[in-house]
Amino acid sequence: MTSTGTTDTDTTSAGTPPSQVPLVDYLVLGDDPHLLASECTACGARYFDRRNACASCFATEFTKVRIASEGTVRAFTIVAFAAPGVPVPFVSAVIDCDGTSVRGNLINVEPDPDHVHTGMRVRLTTYLLGTDDAGTEAIGFGFEPVEN
Amino acid sequence: MSASDEIWILGIHMTKFGKHFDKDLVDLGSEAILGALADAGVTMADIGILAAGNLMGSGGIGQQLQKQVGQTGIPVYNVSNACATGATALRTAIMAVKAGEVDMGLAVGVEKLAGAGLLGGGGSKKSDDNTWEPKGRYGAVASTDGRIGTDTMPGVFAQVGMEYLHNHAYGGAEFELFARISQKNHSHSTLNPLAAYTKEMSLEQIMGDIMIAYPNTRPMCSANCDGASAAVVVNGEKLKTLSLEQQRRAIKISASVLTTDPYQEACQVLPDVNTLTRNAAKQAYEQAGIGPDDLDLVELHDCFATAELVHYDNLMLCDEGGAVDFFESGAPWRDGRLPVNVSGGLQSKGHPISATGIANIWEVCQHVRGEGGPRQIEGAKVGLAHVIGLGSACGIHVLEKSAA
Ligand SMILES: [Zn+2]
Repeated sequence: MTSTGTTDTDTTSAGTPPSQVPLVDYLVLGDDPHLLASECTACGARYFDRRNACASCFATEFTKVRIASEGTVRAFTIVAFAAPGVPVPFVSAVIDCDGTSVRGNLINVEPDPDHVHTGMRVRLTTYLLGTDDAGTEAIGFGFEPVEN
Repeated sequence: MSASDEIWILGIHMTKFGKHFDKDLVDLGSEAILGALADAGVTMADIGILAAGNLMGSGGIGQQLQKQVGQTGIPVYNVSNACATGATALRTAIMAVKAGEVDMGLAVGVEKLAGAGLLGGGGSKKSDDNTWEPKGRYGAVASTDGRIGTDTMPGVFAQVGMEYLHNHAYGGAEFELFARISQKNHSHSTLNPLAAYTKEMSLEQIMGDIMIAYPNTRPMCSANCDGASAAVVVNGEKLKTLSLEQQRRAIKISASVLTTDPYQEACQVLPDVNTLTRNAAKQAYEQAGIGPDDLDLVELHDCFATAELVHYDNLMLCDEGGAVDFFESGAPWRDGRLPVNVSGGLQSKGHPISATGIANIWEVCQHVRGEGGPRQIEGAKVGLAHVIGLGSACGIHVLEKSAA
């Protein structure tokens, strides 16, 4: 499913970087991390999940398109109370990335209304989420403020 | 429209919302059904169809209720449609009556939620073996809730409200604005003995309470609680054969609409609760042959303070983009131009999910019948009840005073 080299578990030799998997399959890792959407070839609607057909026009052909890695926060909330095991507080947001709406956390910013506001410019960034028993790293993504 | 095309509410009932530790789903549902039948002046022998709504139970609630209130062999439709479940049950009964299959139908919605905690959050699941394994439609190797935005209802609806303010370039104090909407509903609740919470709350209390998902603090969120509601519907032809008193108290359903969300660019990223509500409202006004200006009161789905604001606009109670001005004018207060949520709304009345849809209708019925007691909106003749369930489904009913 992913091309992140999960077959080679012998990563202990010096100099070999640990293998990585993205948190979700629409996050592309590497030197230039970005998000990849499925775009309906008929109407241009974009989706991040596995598709059976297009919810907008019912067509079944999709191509992969790269999503702009910078965008504007259109909506946010600062979640202070979440399900067990979810660290709080965190900032959940909807980011307008050049016309495509993306859901993600705002990170590398103080999670309070003095530091987060709609209209702020943010860019995609990745972080280490955890390492499993095989030494494979899971990489998550979020959006951080763009300094003016 | 001939009399047989008209649909009327003959009887309707809601239980007290709150903690009912000594009652189970069947007790609460039965109480609502027996209350609605008594209010209608009929028995289970008159009922041709039962539509029963419940979301969090084990299934088959309709048959469980029949076994207590009357097994007459009629068809039962068990329905589930998120927070629009109660409205969906009513709509199911209405469709059966409208189709001419039966002349009288019964709808019930019941839920036990007291102490249920936060709804919608997934939490992280540890896999059996400790290696990353992509799962689900996003190929996720770990729970995405809290890592890629939030799945919790307070957080989702917080973003809905914040997006509205962003889209309309609001420059004021957003937290305080939403808290004042909540203050209105808590104030209204003091006149409603069936509400789960009936305490006036100051702005300072609301803003100083526990933050759940900014800008929604705890009193700005709908209260998880237990409750049930039920309604008997009848067609116009059958109604004419009933007593004058039944005809006088019957309430005309001049619109009954259910919609889902049509595809919009961002609707699979942040649920779009606006388009389907606006679509339902348009259809409802057209069916009823009225406009928003003709309404005397509205019960809308204020599952969170941030949601109430956007629905002023979606239900066209104000000009497009004018929800803040509408609120600031004082219009939605009970002494305002168009009272909204005089029951106290979901934030204080409570939100036993499947009971909410019919309970909102019950509230409107009390007023158009002139039976609203201390919280009666004087001279109310027509009102609108709205619910929305994430996913999404939106139910709107317009209720009118009987001419008889
Ligand atoms: Zn398409």
